[in-house]
Amino acid sequence: MPDELLIKNGRVIDPANGIDKECDVLIVDGEIAEVGRIDKPVQTVIDATGRLVTPGLIDIHVHFREPGDEEEETIASGSAAAVAAGFTSVVCMPNTSPVIENETDVEYIHRKGRQARKTHVYTMGAITKGRQGVELAEMGFMAEAGAVGFTDDGKGVQNPSVMLRALKYAAMFDVVVAQHCQDDSFAGEGVMNAGFYSTILGLPGMDALAEQAMLWRDIQLVKKIRLGRIRYHAQHISTAGSVELIRAAKKDSLPITCEVTPHHLFFTEECCAEYDTNYKVNPPLRTARDIDALKEAIAEGLIDALVTDHAPHLQSEKELEFLAAPFGIAGLECALGLYVKALIEPGILDWPGLIRLMTEKPAKIIGIDKGTLGKGKQADVTIIDPNAEYEIDVNKFRSKSRNCPYHGWKVKGKVEETIVGGEIRFQAGE
Amino acid sequence: MALIRKSKEFIWHRKHLLGLRELSAEEITYILDTAKGFEQISTRSVKKAPPLRGKVVVNLFFEDSTRTRNSFTLAASRLSADVIEFTEKTSSVSKGETLLDTARNLEAMGVDIVVIRHSAAGAPKFLSRNINACVVNAGDGYCEHPTQGLLDTYTIRKIKGTLQGLKVAIVGDISHSRVARSDMWAMTKLGAEVTFVGPPTLMPAEVRQLPVKVSYSLDEVIDKVDVVNMLRIQFERLGGNPFPSIREYSHYFGLTVERMKRAKPDILVMHPGPINRGLEMESEVADGRNSVILQQVTNGLAVRMAVLFLVNQAAAQAP
Repeated sequence: MPDELLIKNGRVIDPANGIDKECDVLIVDGEIAEVGRIDKPVQTVIDATGRLVTPGLIDIHVHFREPGDEEEETIASGSAAAVAAGFTSVVCMPNTSPVIENETDVEYIHRKGRQARKTHVYTMGAITKGRQGVELAEMGFMAEAGAVGFTDDGKGVQNPSVMLRALKYAAMFDVVVAQHCQDDSFAGEGVMNAGFYSTILGLPGMDALAEQAMLWRDIQLVKKIRLGRIRYHAQHISTAGSVELIRAAKKDSLPITCEVTPHHLFFTEECCAEYDTNYKVNPPLRTARDIDALKEAIAEGLIDALVTDHAPHLQSEKELEFLAAPFGIAGLECALGLYVKALIEPGILDWPGLIRLMTEKPAKIIGIDKGTLGKGKQADVTIIDPNAEYEIDVNKFRSKSRNCPYHGWKVKGKVEETIVGGEIRFQAGE
Repeated sequence: MALIRKSKEFIWHRKHLLGLRELSAEEITYILDTAKGFEQISTRSVKKAPPLRGKVVVNLFFEDSTRTRNSFTLAASRLSADVIEFTEKTSSVSKGETLLDTARNLEAMGVDIVVIRHSAAGAPKFLSRNINACVVNAGDGYCEHPTQGLLDTYTIRKIKGTLQGLKVAIVGDISHSRVARSDMWAMTKLGAEVTFVGPPTLMPAEVRQLPVKVSYSLDEVIDKVDVVNMLRIQFERLGGNPFPSIREYSHYFGLTVERMKRAKPDILVMHPGPINRGLEMESEVADGRNSVILQQVTNGLAVRMAVLFLVNQAAAQAP
């Protein structure tokens, strides 16, 4: 007897197939069997009346700190946090210790992900050995082992000829090369945006140019190469200048995509005024003008993915001088609510628009056959109550870390069920 | 507001002195007036007064300093406090215990006032959030050096009578200078017009948003100002190569005898010390009749006594 699950009467939003209507979704043996009006007695029925039924959310930028910093997060705790936040697939960044730079490392991440049995856990590999920006890592072997892209995230590849080589070489394997755009010669030892606040706070700043200079350079490299399968992805862009560069690149139909994080849509450099290290992120918080530009870019369709850049840190590490504390926000568990607040409530996106940037589009960037409720696809489904309001409480996080400036915020858009491969892996109230 | 007006008299309510940016003109004036009262203690044969008797002041210095630390030590002892020297060459950035743990340890020892110098901007503020003792900032990164700002302002006021309407040039590496920032806040709040002078490569980001004028030419400024404060070129802080050579820097921004000829006859020449003689200032100028550099040091003592006295008083009055 087949394993059947029926989700009844929800508003099914499947942007990849142009669906936005009230109907049912039938899952048989872990695959989407049918989307429509289904009257059939099945083992398990979920009543989704008043709820949104969407493809499982995909976050292509998380740090789960394993291997090396398991006290901050593990793949088990990180993916438990992710599934509770409606994500069915996540992509780990390779800046662990050791760095993810060969096929064994990639397989290790996959095994830990399978053992955790929460979300699908993917990983990117490093572009260069040890993220040193000098020698290429074994991209081919890593791609064969299932790495869904490459990045030296946490820093950018500084040397242009190394980056040129990486892009060319990666073109053999049809994988995306992602960049943390930051020219260190501009960014220096900066710990926040270079501007009025860095000046009065006496903190070294990172100029917006540090991001834009590298993005501009990379766009020139992509233009120069013109190989069929090359794909470039700009991670967590944060400035109005970067938006302009992306706009021009997309106008030229270059194979370039980009992502944003929630914190770059909410916070400005002014948030650092009290030296609260929860606002120390990289790229740094910028200005109101940059926030406006990013939101416009989202409305215009220039941004391809909404991510979290979930970056957990111990409290003891964040309870340091601003200069000494590490960068990052643990934001995975409030991501959906934050995006609702930043984008749906002000009318920048509607629900299908938001879901598209959290499912179909990110899946395309990393080249996985997900982010859709198409017939025969693996049944990754998220059920959301769009109107339920809840308060973000870091003490209830499944993540091991609490470095989150959203504590106490009230947001809408609550995940009710998360289904991964046809299995209910999360249910609200758990 | 940390000040409550009580009939005609201010009551100082701040138990920390973290910076001058957050102080009002009235608060700054109040410190300067208090310092004036302490000045004469240093001229008596018995150089001691009792206000901090039984109190413990710790000098928590994570950065090299001789004169500021000595000045605080002397100020605290003149007020009869017990002083502990806590000098830590390594900051928590590299190794050793965290600043938070250090703070908790000091707290456990029953320290009343922590005078902190730290290379990380914001460290005093961070400490003040995590400790019951009073915190006095003796310099944090490039952010502030409030007692220096106060003693500079005090020195000018003492000689010129007021800051109102005076033109002050602050010359040198503005971007890495906490003195420039503290001077700017104090002096502009008291009505002076401050001009930052230096090469564009040593100006901080968005300097135009600060309440100062900016000039890249000492020659254009020198004949117009009442006070010139020459900052020390801090070689240890200069990243990269902000000017081509010391020779060229001195040529454009050094205070030379030649330049002094074009200055107002009663211009005050200041320097926070220690001086790189021949670099930012020629010896003849440093030791010349317009120089008030040593008076700054003397006044620093009175200002620091006032600060220690006031924060301690505020702590005692706090509920």
